[in-house]
Parts: sequence; structure tokens; C-alpha cells
Amino acid sequence: MARRVSVQTRIGFTVLAWAVALLLFSPILWTLLTAFKTEAEAIATPPTFFPQNFTLENFEAVQDRSDYIKHAWNSIVVSVGSTLLGLIIAIPAAWSMAFAPSKRTKDILMWMLSTKMMPAVGVLIPIYLIFRDLRLLDTVHGLTLIMTLINLPIIVWMLYTYFKEIPVDILEAARMDGAELWNEIVHVLVPMAVPGIASTLLLNVILAWNEAFWTITLTSGRAGTLTAFISSFSSPQGLFLAKLSAASLLAIAPILLLGWFSQKQLVRGLTFGAVK
Amino acid sequence: MGSITLEHVNKSFGEVQVIPDISLDIKDGEFVVFVGPSGCGKSTLLRLIAGLEDTTSGIIKLDGQDVTDAAPAKRGLAMVFQSYALYPHMSVRDNIAFPLKMAKLPPEVIAQKVDYAARTLNLASYLDRRPRALSGGQRQRVAIGRAIVREPKAFLFDEPLSNLDAALRVNMRLEITELHQQLKTTMIYVTHDQVEAMTMADRIVVLNAGNVEQFGSPLDLYKKPANRFVAGFIGSPKMNFVDGPEAAKHNAHSIGVRPEHFKLSTTEGAWKGTVGVAEQLGSDTFLHVQTDGLGLMTIRTDGDQTFKHGDVVYLTPDATRIYKFDAAGKAI
Repeated sequence: MARRVSVQTRIGFTVLAWAVALLLFSPILWTLLTAFKTEAEAIATPPTFFPQNFTLENFEAVQDRSDYIKHAWNSIVVSVGSTLLGLIIAIPAAWSMAFAPSKRTKDILMWMLSTKMMPAVGVLIPIYLIFRDLRLLDTVHGLTLIMTLINLPIIVWMLYTYFKEIPVDILEAARMDGAELWNEIVHVLVPMAVPGIASTLLLNVILAWNEAFWTITLTSGRAGTLTAFISSFSSPQGLFLAKLSAASLLAIAPILLLGWFSQKQLVRGLTFGAVK
Repeated sequence: MGSITLEHVNKSFGEVQVIPDISLDIKDGEFVVFVGPSGCGKSTLLRLIAGLEDTTSGIIKLDGQDVTDAAPAKRGLAMVFQSYALYPHMSVRDNIAFPLKMAKLPPEVIAQKVDYAARTLNLASYLDRRPRALSGGQRQRVAIGRAIVREPKAFLFDEPLSNLDAALRVNMRLEITELHQQLKTTMIYVTHDQVEAMTMADRIVVLNAGNVEQFGSPLDLYKKPANRFVAGFIGSPKMNFVDGPEAAKHNAHSIGVRPEHFKLSTTEGAWKGTVGVAEQLGSDTFLHVQTDGLGLMTIRTDGDQTFKHGDVVYLTPDATRIYKFDAAGKAI
């Protein structure tokens, strides 16, 4: 039975929800508006809300100073590449954990997740040295590799959760129908898990896109992604707020659009299995 | 060909022994039913034959060839699951064609075989539907279609009718029996329903706690049960058992009389009792009679009998059809 809610309560909650939403959105709104201001206006006191002299010069300056297209391309390659590579490794791993578990499967899953709890800086030096010796510093494939590895636990966990929902009978039927393991995974498991795989893919593209720590420490000019691109605008000569805002806006725009168009899929993916 | 031989097959899950030691010989073309109460290991035994579970020890042979370690895909058997286990993302046509695609048959041969199976099973007008758009009976037919197209050495059925309603179950039972007559392929059928077992099987394996209690034709099991467990399990309603002095009169530890093997009288007979519940089925009447000192007995009598609660009746077991058992429950 639905709970009875008075009109006043409903108005109260609506106002509160809008207030919280606007509060959370305000930094992005501020960035959006500042990107179209001049540098002088961006630091003016008292601050202006809307740009008084609407300008696109920040975007031109950003593209002139550091190549946006190149960084964006690196971001796409690293985030999509690391996610696809991760899926190729994680699908068989999650299959074995979901359908052929051993006594230690739960422990392995917990151990994998625990690596995400460790601060990344804890392994910075060994990884930096390995990267240096293998000549992977400032390379797109090196960055793709590290991004695959840091997101792999999440990919495996998510896929494991989706695969657990698939009735094992159907996979056994495929085995009886003469399907070898490869065919069982490609023709039966993956098509049935498409919604789960899609949301895993989306979430990991977003995670890899936003990753900053490894990107900034392991790359410089050549393989830098958009997160390295933004950080390059907080220069020692002082903050150029308008240019920084323009750079930030350019960096988040693609992933914001992707998130916007796939939000239904993402929400379904993240709450999958929560209720039967 | 499709003879199946089990030699000293044993299966344990960790510490739990599900099947201690089973040897069976199933002939080519036979319809064998594994029957037993839930948890008796009948499904496990079927899955061992299918290759979906590994044996702990023992040998499984198909047509004399050792397949104990062969993958399910390599055994050439087809299985129909209780849950149907259809591929939800494929049409009925693709479901039926799947094993043929896995066998890499040419597309025109696949199309021909799928059409033939669809016509045989009355599925022709559903070929482009997804499984979720089908009724339970139709889904089960698709599952059977998927099994028959690959012309397996043997069919394995794991309680295939349990999810269907009573009327459909009777229909599908007949269809599967009919299919066996047509194909003459070995079939192993697992059920907990002894009526299915009796009506479909050439031979029945009665299982209890992972052991074969008896392996024989339905009438053998009915007429000559090897022990008290089989006697009680086969036959509906269940056999009545009497222990103590009454059994001792027949030189047995316990005796059993089937509900249909009593003479009923209102005036005289061996055992006196009072009618509790009278279940009128029309064709038959089942009387549940509380006897003096021998416990509750079920009597099957013809449908015209009009006994009611509280009536006093006398029961006389047919002396030629009293089953005798020793202290271990073995038939004497």
C-alpha cells in the first residue's frame, strides 16, 4: 500500500531535492559559464554570474596551447581500449567464478576487490620503475595496460554478478548440444548477458576516462589523455581560470554526452540483481 | 546404437556420498525410467551419464566405449531439462538449429532437419517466435525438437513434465512414448512420479539413497518387488504394511497387501475396521479404514460402493497376493 504523503511534505521534499541537485550541479555550471568569460572577468570581484563579454577565445587559446584533439583521441583509445581488453580477460574469469566456482572463489573475489582499496600511490614507485624499464612511459599502450589492470577487479565483479543471474541449465543445454567452451561463451553466455556487459563497458569507459593519477604520473606530452590536458592548465605562472574552465568543459563533454544517452542502461546495470 | 553401461559408478560431493556404487546395463533402444523419492540421486545419475558431472570413481560406457572422461559435447547424447533450458535470445528455429550449427552441418541440411522436427512436433507456425512467447507445453516441445534433430545415441530426460499442468502432462507423456516408438532410440527418463514410470518405461530403475533397489519391467516391480521400499513406492495408492503377530502368522517380519487386493464385506472377514475417509473418484473409491490393532489401511474398491464415514467393514486380504518381507525388508 502506498504511504499517504501530505501536499506540504511533497512540496518540501521537491524543494529540498532541487536544492541538493543545484548544489551538486553548481561547480559544473560555474565552469560552463566561466569558460565563456574573459580571464579578467573570471577573477573579478564581485564575481559576475553570466558572462558580460561572451567570448570563445579561451577555447581557441586552449587548442593553440595544447592539442585538444590529440588528447581526446588518447582518452578514447585508452578508455575504450582498456575496457575491451578488460572484458576479454574478465568474461572467461567471471564465467569460471560464476559457473565453476572452487572453495576459494569468494576469497579470490574479495582479494581482487581489496586491491582497489589500496591507495594507488602505494605502488607508484614499483610501477613507475617497471614502466621505465619496459619503455612504457608516456605511451598509449602502456597507459591502456595500466588502466586495464586497475579496473579489472571491477569488471570481473560486475560480470560475475550478471553471470550469476543466468540459469546454469541453459549453459548445460549448450554443452549437451555439442557446444565447446568457446561456443558456449560466445553463442549463449555473452548474448544473454548483453545488458550487463554493456553497462560494465559504459561504467569502465567512464572510470578510465576520468582516471587522473596514473595518467598524470605515467605520461607527459605524447600519450597524455584529457585529464593530463586539464592538469596542464594549472600552471605555476598562476591560474588561468577561464582557460582552465574551457579545458575542463572540453574534457568532460564527450563523457557527459555518453553518460546522458546511456543513463537508462547505466542505472539498470548498477542496480541489476538488487531486486529479483 | 545407444547402449549404456555403468560399472561401479560412485559420486561424492565433498564428504557427501550421493551414489555409493551403481552398476547398470541399459540396452540399445530401451526406455528406462529412473524413479525414486527426491534426493535419491536419480538426477545426479543422469547428469553423470550426460557428462555434466564427473564421476568420483567407476566407468561409464556408451556402445562399449569408455566415455567416463569425455566432455558432454563428445558423448552424442541429447538432454531435455525440467526448466526446458531454451536459449531465450534465439528464435524457436535457432534453438532447434543450434546443435546442428555446432555440428557444422551445411545450412540447407539444417533447414531441412529443423522443418522436419517442427512438423513432427507441431511447431511449424511458431518457428520465428522467441521462447518467452510460447506456452509451457510448446516450450517443452521445442526442447524435445532441439534434442531430436541431432539424432543422438540416447535421449536423457530430467523430470521434463514437472512444470506442466496435469492435463498437459498426460498429453506430453503420450507424445514422448509415441516418439520412442517412432525413433526406437534409447531413452533415460528421470521422474519422481511412479505413474509416469509405470506407464512409459520398458524397464524401471528404483533408486533410494543412491542405491538401485530394483531394476526390472513395470509389471515385475509391481508383482515381484524385491523389497519393502520398492513395494511401497510402486503402486498407487501405496501398499499397506502390517508388522507384528499378524505378519508372524505368515512367517514374515512384515507383510504387505495392495489396496486392490482386498475382499470387502460388511458382515465378515479377517480384519475389522471403521471407514474414515471415503474418496469417490467415480471409477474407483479409495477407503481409508482404521482397523482394530493393525493401523490405517487404504482399500481400492469399485466406484459404485457407497461407504461413508463411520461404517464398519471387514477386510480379507487375497491370500495369493500377500507380500512377505524379512526383518531387513527383503522380499521372502
